[in-house]
Amino acid sequence: MSGRTPNQKAWWLVLPVVVLVAFNAVIPLMTVVNYSVQETFGDNQFFFEGVTWFEQILHSSRFHDALQRQLLFTAIILAIEIPLGVAIALAMPKRGAWASVCLVLMAMPLLIPWNVVGAMWNIFALPDIGLLGHSLNALGFDYNFTRQPFSAWSTLIAMDVWHWTSLVVLLAYAGLSSIPDAFYQAAKIDGASAWAVFRYIQLPKMKRVLMIAVLLRFMDSFMIYTEAIVLTGGGPGNATSLLSIDLVKIALGQFDLGPAAAMSLIYFLIILLLSWVFYAVMTRDEAH
Amino acid sequence: MARISLRNLRHCYRHNPAAESDWALKRFELEFPDGSANALLGPSGCGKTTLLNIISGLLKPSEGSVWFDERDVTSLAPDAREIAQVFQFPVVYDTMSVYDNLAFPLRNRGVPGDAVDRRVREIAAMLDLGDMLDRRASGLTADGKQKISLGRGLVRSDVNVIMFDEPLTVIDPQLKWRLRSKLKELHRRLGITMIYVTHDQTEALTFADRVIVMNDGIVVQAGTPVDLFERPQHTFVGHFIGSPGMNLLPATLDGGVTRFAGHAVQMAAAPGAAPVGAQLQIGVRPEFVSFAGTGIPVNIEKVADAGRFRVVETRHEQSTIRLLVGEDTPLPSERAFLRFDPSFTYLYADGWRQGGEPG
Repeated sequence: MSGRTPNQKAWWLVLPVVVLVAFNAVIPLMTVVNYSVQETFGDNQFFFEGVTWFEQILHSSRFHDALQRQLLFTAIILAIEIPLGVAIALAMPKRGAWASVCLVLMAMPLLIPWNVVGAMWNIFALPDIGLLGHSLNALGFDYNFTRQPFSAWSTLIAMDVWHWTSLVVLLAYAGLSSIPDAFYQAAKIDGASAWAVFRYIQLPKMKRVLMIAVLLRFMDSFMIYTEAIVLTGGGPGNATSLLSIDLVKIALGQFDLGPAAAMSLIYFLIILLLSWVFYAVMTRDEAH
Repeated sequence: MARISLRNLRHCYRHNPAAESDWALKRFELEFPDGSANALLGPSGCGKTTLLNIISGLLKPSEGSVWFDERDVTSLAPDAREIAQVFQFPVVYDTMSVYDNLAFPLRNRGVPGDAVDRRVREIAAMLDLGDMLDRRASGLTADGKQKISLGRGLVRSDVNVIMFDEPLTVIDPQLKWRLRSKLKELHRRLGITMIYVTHDQTEALTFADRVIVMNDGIVVQAGTPVDLFERPQHTFVGHFIGSPGMNLLPATLDGGVTRFAGHAVQMAAAPGAAPVGAQLQIGVRPEFVSFAGTGIPVNIEKVADAGRFRVVETRHEQSTIRLLVGEDTPLPSERAFLRFDPSFTYLYADGWRQGGEPG
């Protein structure tokens, strides 16, 4: 203890982080919490409303419909992108010049700004002049994503698959390249079939990165906004009005701050809860 | 079980070998007798693993053929050759139990369930894995995992050869000797042909009845550990095996007499005529050099204590000569004379031993 004077000055070193987190996360979130329990008629006058908005949101069929659409969208996205991403990663060359070429090609969609992705697909899918829309109609399909809910959904899903499968591919590929050659050689000597190699070597070794892929794709697809608003704007009607699109309509379109804030919090808790469920299920085996 | 012969084998990883140095394996003619314990010894990059992968069928040789007894297996796939291979890093199927790991090769070959069960339990008992059959393979220590990968080879009753590719690299030092003596015991018990690749001379000399020393894509000597020690075929064997390695001294040859710096040195075998222009060297191990009343005059430069003996470093002009001296033997004063034991002193021309029978 000699020669040392204990003091609390070290707390100053933590201050920048505290300030950053406060302004970045805590204060905005608390503002939302504040709005969610109040009513305003303008003029910056607020009245306490308690849990009224939460009850209203949880009982509104509009929220239920948007949540159902959102769950359906995310389920379809995960069901397509995860297996497809793994399949592409398995088919990619392991080494050599072609491996680099494939990796660069795969990374391209991830580098395009999200609103540009939306605009690209919007033009691509236009029934009269877009390459996709025009070709489909020329082939005899009745396709119009601005008028038919099914066409709108298909286009939205195709766009998301195009944009985000690469992420799953890159993660799965990273998992695959960490497997030493000896595993494949041992499997050959043991007489394992291609399916057994996948089931007992590749899948277990990819498990951790796939878990990250599922979590990222779940969260991102559950919060999708930019691409969808540019492509369909939530239409036709409310057909592709996903949670975030609906939220923005309420908050900024109708300026119902209270209900919008309550909905944000519910939305946030759903994502948190589902992410935790995914994580718990996928790491269950490692616990024992 | 089988005798394995490699005939006229050559291998190159590139498509168009231009120079001789492009070949990873050059001029291979080698036989592993049925039931023998062999070690392939050599520095990293000498072609040991290439050779192993050719025998197991993971690689197809550029030229030549591989024979198991009277059967040419050169074009057979690894699983059709009925071989086992243990790799440097333990390969286990993480998600399976120890039992399922051992049963895997049998199930892949459609062996009925009760036969699988009998065989797995038998092999597990042999490897001391009997009490952990239900455990997840991923939770085992490195030596346990190596035993599983060995076990996956042993469960097949028809296995022709077991190959080990530096299997003790990732094992803790205190467990190494235990696993090594286990391998030795299994070899005695099962009599399966084994090939053990390593760059560690202690591992090679303790495991094998027959050691094949490789360097730069060729076999420099194949023989018993005693052969390699007493009659090195090549200077590489001389300095690679033994610690410290063989003394190599510049030599001249005239009229059948070998001389080192003007002093005549007696050889184990009459050297005959050496190839014209070849670099001549006298090779003698430190174990076979001793101090004497007359002989080659040297200065003593350094003495290192190695426990039961001392390594004495002496100098004659530009050449350093090491010799081993017993712990209790008094050393002569600074000026001394050396004698080489004629039975173990050889003449090498461009690295290869001259005179006597080719070993």
